[in-house]
Amino acid sequence: MSAGADWRSAGPWDAVVVGGGHNGLVNGAYLARAGLRTLILERRPVVGGAAITEELRPGFQFTTFSYALSLVRPAVIHELDLVTHGFQPLVMPSTFCPMENGDALVLGPDRGENLTEIARHSRRDADAWLQYQHDLTMVARALQPVIDAAPPDLLDPSPEARAELAALARHLGGLEPKVLHDLVRLLTGSAADFLDHYFETEIIKGWLSASGVIGSRLGPMSPGSGLVLLFMHLGQHDGDLGSWAFHKGGNGGFTQVLARAARAFGAEIATGAEVDRVLTAGGRATGVALADGTEVTARVVVSAADPRTTFTRLVDPAELPAQLVSDLGRYRYQGVSSKVNFALDGLPRFPGLVGGRQDHWRGFTNIAPSVEYVERAFDEAKYGWYSTHPFVDCAVQSILDPDMAPPGRHVLSCFVQYTPYELKGGASWEAEREPMADRVQATLARFFPGFDDLVLQREVVTPLDIEQVAGLPEGNIYHGELLAPQLWAFRPAPGWARYRTPIGGYYQCGSGTHPGGCLTGAPGRLASYAILADLADLARP
Amino acid sequence: MLRHTPFHSRVAAANETSLWSHWSGHLVVEQYQISERWEHAAIRNGVGIFDASPLRKYRITGPGAEGFLAGLLARDIRRCAPGQAHYTVWCDDRGFVDEDGVVFRLGPQEYLLTAYDPNLALLSERAGAGGARRGKVVVEEVTDDLGILAVQGPRSHTVLAALAGPELARLRPFELLAARIGEAAVTISRTGFTGDLGYEVICAADDAPTVWDRVSEAGQPHGLVPFGQVALLISRIEAGLLLYRVDFQSARRAENDDQRSTPWELGLGWMLAGIDDQSRPFVGRRALLRERDEGRSRWTMMGLLVDQVTYDAVHHEAGVTPPYAFHPVHTEALVYDGTGADGRDGEAVGFTCSFTYSPSLQRHIALARLRPEAAVPGRQVALEFTINHRYVRIGATVARNPLFDPARRKAVPAPLPPGLAP
Repeated sequence: MSAGADWRSAGPWDAVVVGGGHNGLVNGAYLARAGLRTLILERRPVVGGAAITEELRPGFQFTTFSYALSLVRPAVIHELDLVTHGFQPLVMPSTFCPMENGDALVLGPDRGENLTEIARHSRRDADAWLQYQHDLTMVARALQPVIDAAPPDLLDPSPEARAELAALARHLGGLEPKVLHDLVRLLTGSAADFLDHYFETEIIKGWLSASGVIGSRLGPMSPGSGLVLLFMHLGQHDGDLGSWAFHKGGNGGFTQVLARAARAFGAEIATGAEVDRVLTAGGRATGVALADGTEVTARVVVSAADPRTTFTRLVDPAELPAQLVSDLGRYRYQGVSSKVNFALDGLPRFPGLVGGRQDHWRGFTNIAPSVEYVERAFDEAKYGWYSTHPFVDCAVQSILDPDMAPPGRHVLSCFVQYTPYELKGGASWEAEREPMADRVQATLARFFPGFDDLVLQREVVTPLDIEQVAGLPEGNIYHGELLAPQLWAFRPAPGWARYRTPIGGYYQCGSGTHPGGCLTGAPGRLASYAILADLADLARP
Repeated sequence: MLRHTPFHSRVAAANETSLWSHWSGHLVVEQYQISERWEHAAIRNGVGIFDASPLRKYRITGPGAEGFLAGLLARDIRRCAPGQAHYTVWCDDRGFVDEDGVVFRLGPQEYLLTAYDPNLALLSERAGAGGARRGKVVVEEVTDDLGILAVQGPRSHTVLAALAGPELARLRPFELLAARIGEAAVTISRTGFTGDLGYEVICAADDAPTVWDRVSEAGQPHGLVPFGQVALLISRIEAGLLLYRVDFQSARRAENDDQRSTPWELGLGWMLAGIDDQSRPFVGRRALLRERDEGRSRWTMMGLLVDQVTYDAVHHEAGVTPPYAFHPVHTEALVYDGTGADGRDGEAVGFTCSFTYSPSLQRHIALARLRPEAAVPGRQVALEFTINHRYVRIGATVARNPLFDPARRKAVPAPLPPGLAP
């Protein structure tokens, strides 16, 4: 519902969720499922936040921002009965890494065929590939219970909190020593160092290192990129850790599934409803005030927004502990990613692959031919400019889902780095938008001759657009970077990682809480458990 | 010697894996592509084609044909008008299912019946036995004369309508249309074995390559892929469609009654809607009435939805990657009462016939025969798996078949949105 607007007079609500992005929808669905009268308020005319699909040209569906799926938690899928509402991930079976010399690395779903393909580049790396996958999977599996549980409160001396910590220590202590050490190497080191231990081939290292910099102001040689690389491997499809999919209808299709599920559980969703601030009385949240002056009363207010918005814009920081305000002040966003999406008249051509082969378009196409290529792309961003030769993560989504483009035509989603939010010399993204996209298109044309002739339309989404349209500060796609000091029990700040806030009845459920960004649904789910536990405590005589 | 289907030249060219299997003495494709999931995704998200030609086909004609089939088949063929088809079983005198197939009523006195195994002796014997029908029914096997190409998936209508014309949109499930694909005269039925929107094209064997080429070409901009046995078998379990020699055995070739089953026991009781009609005696009717009236069914065929979150968690806790069954498992496994989680051993209440991971449902699923008292939707049962060489029970929920049933299967096919029209 949006136009009817009778939600405005349907209060008081048990819970109101600020923000109809994917975590807001998940949170609202869980609260409604538990029987709470729940209202989800979305500022924009569509729900989905940064996970939306838009028909920008008749028949061509663009995944404007977020464009792929892996980390959505299986518990969310099943507990919210998402399959009934249309959950349909289309697992991407291939990876295509074009090289600057005209050759390519193409991996598919067959283990043996992949070993042959890798051995074509290096026989040694074929062995390394199996070992790398095994080692990374062991670490990713060890973290599965961690990402599905609220982080322990390190500052809480209560026996319950200490017991949670002890349980975690037991879990980590039960790992094989190599797995524990690999975990530490990934959490603290660089993707390049980790990969150097295994591989000698640049195309493999370039491709894998790129997943260590997604959405992050890091180069593959920066410490911290190992953590991002690991994070990108924590998801799964069909039991296969680290696999990625395209959701039917794009990630907008996925958030529509969430909206249907939330409504089916009884949640009300209002669009075009911008929240101005959270109303408080006596240190407790009592509801929200909308930008149009409407006041909505609720026992529980949940912010699905990022930490900066949650703590400094929706409430008065004066109501918060000074330490929390200080911690949030150093919380880093620093977006460096853009999207350039294309409507194409046909499939791009790569001369290195002959014989009408098309199966290499069934997954990500990774323009990151070497670690150095990505690192040099980062170098320019470090000093405030966008990359001359950007890393581009492409996907021809209409190959996976014929409903994304008219028959015979295609949409190409391109995730681009690096494009720093803050440009040097006072330059503006309004002025640099098209020149940046020209560089992306030139990069594609370099690998795919004749690419320019295929372009029917181009959508350019800069970090500024991500901030202004999707509401993600500084265009950071994760609601704040995935850096060790701002993850787990420190996300978004020490002492406030368990979805509560210093204001009673006011909660956080966005990607700025554990386990972090990407489409996981985990913060929304875990926050709902914290809220329901508190309400149960309140109800107890 | 293994035989080739009428589509073999095309099928062989499209088979990228060299993985073949055998179906009724024919060479058929196990999976065309390395990714069986890609083929399954085409069935559920785009369009796929499948060579179903190895099915046995019997042409049954003559003024006595209707009476003959009415006395043999469990479903009342008199209710199948020309231009329609019935999925049906036929039984023995004790009500045990002998086989299943689809009967297409091509005209008032002309039928085409499919089956997995040879049935010519049975059909001929019964056709010849009827005193009043003697000489009025002709049964001939036409297996080799016809090719069958299944076109399945949400885009199947769009692709076929471009070739066969707009009349295709009128077809409801189990209705037939005489059409042309190029020069070839074909019969198109809205049938299939995937539980999705889909059609089967029946053509003369000689026309098969042309039909394949035309359909492939029309489907190309829609992402059409050929799919093999593996993708078919995943989708048919999702759709609750039984497989002969897997989910049930032929009564006349079974070794004992444990191997035999009745329509009531297989969840096919709906076929017997007219069993009280005295005007239609058919083989097995009296036994089936007795079974119903005396409550003697031993089993009820149900679906099982494995608790996938628990399945994953139990494996992760045991330190192993959860194995996902992408190739259907057709071996029997016992089903136990209770969830398995409380450590108490519930008693066996049934067995699985078919088990697979279902991409559409995001969980493992099974077709299982349960004791009638346990065959209650929502009931918690447990399946036994081995993890690290030990038995572990994992919970599942009993559900009605089909477990996956998209609205488009029965709906009037929706035209493509304006922006997507070619």
